[in-house]
Amino acid sequence: MSNELIKQKLTEKFGEQLTGWEEQFGLLTFSAPAELNLKVVQFLYDDETLRFRFLTDLTGVHYPDRKGEEICVVYHLHNLIDNIRLRFKVYVPSEKPDVYSLSQRFSGANWMERETYDFFGVNFIGHPNLIRILNMDEMDYFPMRKEYEMEDPTRRDKDNEMFGR
Amino acid sequence: MELQQQQQQHIKLSEESLQKQTTTLNLGPTHPATHGVFQNIMEIDGERVLETVPTIGYIHRAFEKIAERRPFYQITTLTDRLNYCSSPINNMGWHMTVEKLLKINIPKRIQYLRVIIMELARIADHLVCNSVIGVDTGALTPFTYVFQSREHIYEIFEEICGSRLTTNIGRVGGFERNFSEASFTKLNKFLTDFPKTMTEFENLLNRNKIFVDRCVGAGPISAERALNYGITGPNLRAAGVDYDVRVAQPYSSYEEFDFKIPVGTTGDVYDRFMVRNGEIWESLSIIRQALEKIQKIEKEFPEQKNIYYAQEADHFHLPPKEDVYTKMEALIYHFKIIMGEIDAPKGEIYHAVEGGNGELGFYLISDGGRSPYRLHFRRPCFIYYQAYPEMVEGGLLSDAVVTLSSLNVIAGELDA
Repeated sequence: MSNELIKQKLTEKFGEQLTGWEEQFGLLTFSAPAELNLKVVQFLYDDETLRFRFLTDLTGVHYPDRKGEEICVVYHLHNLIDNIRLRFKVYVPSEKPDVYSLSQRFSGANWMERETYDFFGVNFIGHPNLIRILNMDEMDYFPMRKEYEMEDPTRRDKDNEMFGR
Repeated sequence: MELQQQQQQHIKLSEESLQKQTTTLNLGPTHPATHGVFQNIMEIDGERVLETVPTIGYIHRAFEKIAERRPFYQITTLTDRLNYCSSPINNMGWHMTVEKLLKINIPKRIQYLRVIIMELARIADHLVCNSVIGVDTGALTPFTYVFQSREHIYEIFEEICGSRLTTNIGRVGGFERNFSEASFTKLNKFLTDFPKTMTEFENLLNRNKIFVDRCVGAGPISAERALNYGITGPNLRAAGVDYDVRVAQPYSSYEEFDFKIPVGTTGDVYDRFMVRNGEIWESLSIIRQALEKIQKIEKEFPEQKNIYYAQEADHFHLPPKEDVYTKMEALIYHFKIIMGEIDAPKGEIYHAVEGGNGELGFYLISDGGRSPYRLHFRRPCFIYYQAYPEMVEGGLLSDAVVTLSSLNVIAGELDA
């Protein structure tokens, strides 16, 4: 099975809704609308030739400069039978970061989604127990969002530029 | 009391329950039999575990956030502290991720040296896990035997990089210095001595009736559930799935080596123990093959002997100190690397290695700056530890303790 075949199958099913196709370092990547993520995962899982039935990784990225789609949730799926990987992303605005939860499909998504909620504040709809996992419960902010100074803002000798930002 | 009863309403006691009420047991955070700092709040009926709720995050150190302001070569020390029982694998995984981003080709000899380091680390990791299963079942002696061998592995690491546990071994492009003669002598001594210790260890436990009775059937998981949970590594193989990143997506020339993937059937404590034992033997054979390959290269191309990093990685590999003081170019590179003036290319990359506990993935997004835009570690422990409640619920409390040690949950990797 090749990346072209996966792309062809997905475009047949979802048409123009899937965008941002690219292949960096041989890994097929695309973006899907946030409300479609469960359908895409279910299709990749159920299809007899695609068989992406292993959730390798689930995490978030914050792009403060992309207005209206600041938070990105990244899924890495793996077809263990044909040994091929795939990455897909959904973008949501940081004011309303609602994404459907995968925890019904993959038990392993439970903690990965809790971690993503903990650090990026993504609201996973349908998650059985969406609470903080690594940080303390009293925390009232999402630390991995790029909203904070890299260094103590009162210091004059170090600014973000020094850290390559 | 009333509140407690309300909270426990979802728990249905069986007919045989003698006490007719459950007890809340707080296992951890610093219980001597939990390896690292994590807590389990258990509901037990007599000795039977009805429900367990793990709490994690006690040693969370925000590595992913710290990595966003560090240059690439300084992130190696963060990876040390993920699975600190086999930090060389984490270090190498990180170097290979960066090398893939920079499109650097590594000379074969360095790749084989890396394989040796990684397999030694895997042996050390599995030895800790398996001997500690023995300790938790009441057999302290095997533990003291194999820790001697673990010590020998750490001496080899010490000879190569100067440190033992958090090794910071290797650099982007190769190693920080060449392997000394003494390191090969120590390695050869280890290869002759260790099989005896390992055989003794296996004789003590593998068919020991008390040990087998204690482990068989404890904390099982089916292959289907294990895959659904995203379990990888020896714990997945114990359930009967032969997925190994070294074979599925070979890195560092693993495709040239001849080795087997041990698998189990039921995914219980005993299978996990046996799979790890099998992997130790396979790792030993891989090290021997790698040594042979290195000797062959050194015989054919004697000049290769002095090369310990890829020349094309010049911009990212700190030059040797004596060159910095005597050569202009080396001084410039040293200055640029230390001052963080060297930018990495843009790119998005996922690279995985077979860590001691399973697929250790690095998801790296570079925006063309000196440090990653985002770096995410796919930590196998974090993902498979969530299956723990399902494995122990319905079993005995003592089984829960052995299951925990057989999963080899390392707090550093769990909490990042």
